[in-house]
Amino acid sequence: MSGKEFSDFMSHLRAEKFTFTGELEPEKTTDLTRVIDAAKKLKGYVVACNVTDNPQSFGYVSSLAASYVVQRDTGMETIYQLTCRDRNRIALFSDLLGAAALGIRNVLALTGDYTTLGDTPQAKPVFDLDSVQLIRMIRRAVDEGVDLNGKQIENPPKFHVGGGVNPNSKPLEPELVKLEKKITAGAEFIQTQVVFEIETAKRFLDETRKYRVPILIGIFPLKSYGVAEYFDKTVPGVRVPRELLEALSKAKDIKDKDKRRAECKRINLEYFANFVKEIKKTTEAAGCHIMSVGYEEIVPDIVEAAK
Amino acid sequence: MIITEQKPMEEVSGMLKPFKKILIIGCGTCSTVCQTGGEDQVKQMTENLKRDGKEVTAAVVVETPCDARILRRDTKKLKREIESADAILAMTCGAGVQDIVEHLGKMTIPCLNTKFLGRIERIGEFYERCRACGECILYETGGICPIVRCPKGMLNGPCGGMYDAKCEVGGYQRDCAWVIIYNRLKDLGMLDLYRTIKSPRDNSKLNVEPREIIWMVGVNK
Repeated sequence: MSGKEFSDFMSHLRAEKFTFTGELEPEKTTDLTRVIDAAKKLKGYVVACNVTDNPQSFGYVSSLAASYVVQRDTGMETIYQLTCRDRNRIALFSDLLGAAALGIRNVLALTGDYTTLGDTPQAKPVFDLDSVQLIRMIRRAVDEGVDLNGKQIENPPKFHVGGGVNPNSKPLEPELVKLEKKITAGAEFIQTQVVFEIETAKRFLDETRKYRVPILIGIFPLKSYGVAEYFDKTVPGVRVPRELLEALSKAKDIKDKDKRRAECKRINLEYFANFVKEIKKTTEAAGCHIMSVGYEEIVPDIVEAAK
Repeated sequence: MIITEQKPMEEVSGMLKPFKKILIIGCGTCSTVCQTGGEDQVKQMTENLKRDGKEVTAAVVVETPCDARILRRDTKKLKREIESADAILAMTCGAGVQDIVEHLGKMTIPCLNTKFLGRIERIGEFYERCRACGECILYETGGICPIVRCPKGMLNGPCGGMYDAKCEVGGYQRDCAWVIIYNRLKDLGMLDLYRTIKSPRDNSKLNVEPREIIWMVGVNK
């Protein structure tokens, strides 16, 4: 791991402060107002925000452009997500140099969802590199100032590179060994897939303590019963706990919109504030990654309540 | 074996439209096993074409139409039929079609879709097992090919789209190649092969060097 610190996010992790990150999702638009507004709502509560790269293979405005504009207009530090699905190694490298030139300092290197899951299933899937290879490419660019073929980069990029992992993975063993490879390749932080069950998170953190790498546990506040049900049914391996699902189901019957919203918020707050508190108190997790696209209003409360 | 499927008859008829006299060539090897270009299918196709008002100048099953020597041998006696035909209908894989094109010089129409290099469990049950990528890594993966069995061609383990040892692509029906590889290497006591980070593949030869092998005396042995 590089000793240098290029970002506030990494400074927080190295100082072993319990760190929150948020998530921004650029959409099918050229207007970045919504993303900027979301970033403003999260500012002061999360240290940095991930900016998703065509999530679930839906063609959206570039994560690089959005990462840059968010940093420029809000001062919110971004974690630029970069997937291997849409770019060969030349394009990945080129976008990374561009990101560095635009002042982006954190990158989350991902493989990416398969093309046929999205809204342009006819696209050619690239996957020229995989996430482990992408992490290593970035690491070498930063540490040695060279590209994949060892050619010198003038003024090498300054990045902290991270990887993803799925604690719900079944079986978990191959996923854990792959995590080990990401860390060997040079990942300096890890952000996990959504976890709802505290026991799953704890078991996972226990298994991965030996790697001595900062891990942020992913959480996903559920704005409504509809979101919860969708999540429960369509995201494989992620089950929304029954009690949470039932509580939200009851709240759905409240006629008054504001009261319904407030009740949902109360339920989420109770669940996730406790979840985060428990993680903070009983594990060595570096923090939590809050995925709250479209539900930014809950983040300040979770962060405050977990203090 | 090269696994093939017959094209829909409407598509074949469409391609044959401008031609009246047709010569049919089947394949005695792979297409016979796949039941797409063997004796029975060639016979059936002859009937179909006649019903469509075509004249079939000859219908023959060549043992291996992808082998120029055999193709020449088996079509030697058909010189007149070939000459009089307006087109050849090839009930062979793509390699067979092109061998016919290169050696018989006639307008040749493919009757089959070439699907993959496969393993045969039984007739009608074929599994793709090789992408003919040119750089075999089966040693490193316990004899299971991730290039062909993982949609993303991952080289370092499963992606986040694996759940319950199944693959996100196609709705969690197929087994995750990397879980199979992991389990196999574990059983073999060779998990170190999994732990080793595999470098990106070298694509520099793809489409640059022609994919051909020509033995030259004194160079290849």
